[in-house]
Amino acid sequence: MRRAALPAALAAALLLAPPGAGAVGNPADMLPDPAQEARARAIGRELRCLVCQNESIEDSNADLARDLRLLVRERIRAGDSDAEVIAFLRARYGDFVLLRPPFTAATAALWLSPALALAGGVLAIWLVRRRGGAAPAAPAPLSPEEQARLAALEGEARR
Amino acid sequence: MIGEAGHFALALGFVLSLALSVLPLWGAARGDAALTEAARPLAHGALLAVASAFGFLVSAYVANDTTVLSVVQNSHSLKPLLYKITGVWGNHEGSMLLWVLILALCAASVAAFGGNLPSAFRARVLAVLGWVLAGFLAFILLTSNPFERVWPPPPDGQGLNPLLQDIGLAIHPPLLYVGYVGTAITYAFAVAALIEGRVDSAWGRWVRPWAVASWSFLTLGIAVGSWWAYYELGWGGFWFWDPVENASLLPWLAGTALLHSAIVVEKREALKIWSVLLALLAFGLSLLGTFLVRSGVLNSVHAFANDPERGVFILGLLLFYVGGGFLLFALRAPAMAPAGLFAPVSREGALVLNNLLMCSLAAVVFLGTLWPMFADFLFGATVSVGPPFFNTATFPLVVPLFLAMAAGPLMPWKRAALWPAIERLWAAALAGLAGFVVALAIGGWNPLPLFGVAAAVWLIGAAATDIADRAGLGRTSLANAWNRAKGLPRAAWGAAIAHAGVGVCLLGISGMGFASERIAALSPGQAVAIGAYEWRLEGVRDAAGPNWTSRRATLTVLRHGQPYAVMEPERRFFPIGRQTTTEAAIRTNLLRDLYAVMGEEEGGRAVIRVHYKPLAPLIWIGAIVMALGGFLSLSDRRLRVAGGARRRAAAAGAPA
Repeated sequence: MRRAALPAALAAALLLAPPGAGAVGNPADMLPDPAQEARARAIGRELRCLVCQNESIEDSNADLARDLRLLVRERIRAGDSDAEVIAFLRARYGDFVLLRPPFTAATAALWLSPALALAGGVLAIWLVRRRGGAAPAAPAPLSPEEQARLAALEGEARR
Repeated sequence: MIGEAGHFALALGFVLSLALSVLPLWGAARGDAALTEAARPLAHGALLAVASAFGFLVSAYVANDTTVLSVVQNSHSLKPLLYKITGVWGNHEGSMLLWVLILALCAASVAAFGGNLPSAFRARVLAVLGWVLAGFLAFILLTSNPFERVWPPPPDGQGLNPLLQDIGLAIHPPLLYVGYVGTAITYAFAVAALIEGRVDSAWGRWVRPWAVASWSFLTLGIAVGSWWAYYELGWGGFWFWDPVENASLLPWLAGTALLHSAIVVEKREALKIWSVLLALLAFGLSLLGTFLVRSGVLNSVHAFANDPERGVFILGLLLFYVGGGFLLFALRAPAMAPAGLFAPVSREGALVLNNLLMCSLAAVVFLGTLWPMFADFLFGATVSVGPPFFNTATFPLVVPLFLAMAAGPLMPWKRAALWPAIERLWAAALAGLAGFVVALAIGGWNPLPLFGVAAAVWLIGAAATDIADRAGLGRTSLANAWNRAKGLPRAAWGAAIAHAGVGVCLLGISGMGFASERIAALSPGQAVAIGAYEWRLEGVRDAAGPNWTSRRATLTVLRHGQPYAVMEPERRFFPIGRQTTTEAAIRTNLLRDLYAVMGEEEGGRAVIRVHYKPLAPLIWIGAIVMALGGFLSLSDRRLRVAGGARRRAAAAGAPA
């Protein structure tokens, strides 16, 4: 558990060791109102623990993650909306803190990737089919020999 | 001495695989039967050499030979025997050797079971596998020698990361590697076909068993990994969209696409060029995974080694194999005429849709995984791409997939009408609706998981419809339909079961949406409850294992106030390496999990987190069902007797 408190650089050097035990959390840190606590968790899952490998602050044991968990709860208690809490953290730590990257010039292609991939695929299929359609590859009619064989096979399949 | 013998065996394996990569190609090109046939003994010889190297490394670990650096860094004399053995592949060098061992095993099995392949084609396939084998053996010999000595030897090793001291490490990597390496076989088939300049239905028939086998193992490997993370990491999650998880998902998606398109090649001789491309792509993605895990270019919880020099070497291999494959493809593909026309709405069309969606999914996962790097490189921006992105971005692609997956198998080849296929799915649709209503009644309004349940039941229903339809249920007597169902080809059963497995897995994933959890600091005698279940802390005591000590909580689970079970989560401390792990306690009845984790203790109270996870076990059961479908399909007689009758067999056009 102490491992998580190591400075980021050292933690990165210890890559071989996964973050270890998941955050069990401390009930004392939680908000008394279950609805507010649920909101805090949902927000926490959108935020990255900055010193960890791809963990949300809800999942991480790092001290920084705990600080951020407390910060989120403090903002919620102060009456911030979900968007305001996230904006507050983004202003403080930059886009890196958001596990759901905001739509910007740097992420536009990423966010559009499902549509682009589908559109590209459909376009490719359409082009191939159009070309394939131009070149008639109609199957040659069956020879009597092949027809006999086909009849035999069909008989076999029906059996 | 053992270390040197192992090193020598590796070098021998390298030389044999070099010979394997050259001689049979030469022989096949010149029509020299002796050289062509040399492929088989060379493949067997390479396996023997690599297997002995692996055996030597295992024996060094078992004997705790501290003159071997890899043993010093990853083992310890106090470790239980099982973890001494599995620890062999719990590190970069050893896991690379396991990877190569499995590759050699695959090459040898192509040599042994490929009796129905034409001799020249088999020689070319084996030669391509020889290139891959030689490349990775060179990688091991030059950058990652597992037999490196250390002198003077330290008194004992440094121990293995405690998270890896688990049965999961015994199962997960070998299964996963068989899956990864299986893509090398389909790649070799593709390249061999490109060298010959011919892809026909027989090619589809040869490549499909390997694609199915590789896919089935990959499915199992990913599932075991997910299950391992679920119980070991203590978060109660099953998929984290971690770069390394994504790296295993990418070849799985490509492999799924390939095994579907290979059906079209086999039955209809269409999509030939595309299937070859997919085979190249699947191997490329599997190598990319190897690169990501071992180069340290990405932040991941399970990065192996982060050594740029090794990364560059693997990148070089990746570029060589994939680039070479694509170059060959560019030269040869235009000459391969498409055959087997089909209408957009047809079985072929449905399989094309599968491929479109699978590849789009792969593109999204690929971009999402690498975007932090791209964004930094292209825009100088630091961004994080985490689970919220992947869940949102894959959603619009997964929904049509689940809809189309149900209707596809009901469509006839060449030309179909949409409506009759949909019409036959009324029972599945009703079942899905019923699933929705039941889930709503039990779990309450929670739209996403509810629609997930509906889609899952619909998929299972559609798979049942597929079998019932083929058996002629409703059109013939019950007894007759039963007999026909029994007589259906195993491949048909396999496909239906694998599709149903997707439904089962989806049911489990949807169930996660209804899961609830509580955290409480309990002193002995106090309890925390979710629904009908109550966890009462009896006490916390000390316990000890071979190389750890722990604090173990005893929880009595009450169900409707009656004692139901005892759960004992613990926190383990490993003095060697000074690490703490949480050992979750899980109580399952295969339809739901009770999950308990213990946190820190303070002032006589222990933090306990409990979860109630309805349907969670179905995630992994579903994956096993999928893999079973794959294995069943492999046992199909038509696949086993395949190849020999090249074109003849293809003309049969049997139902699939």
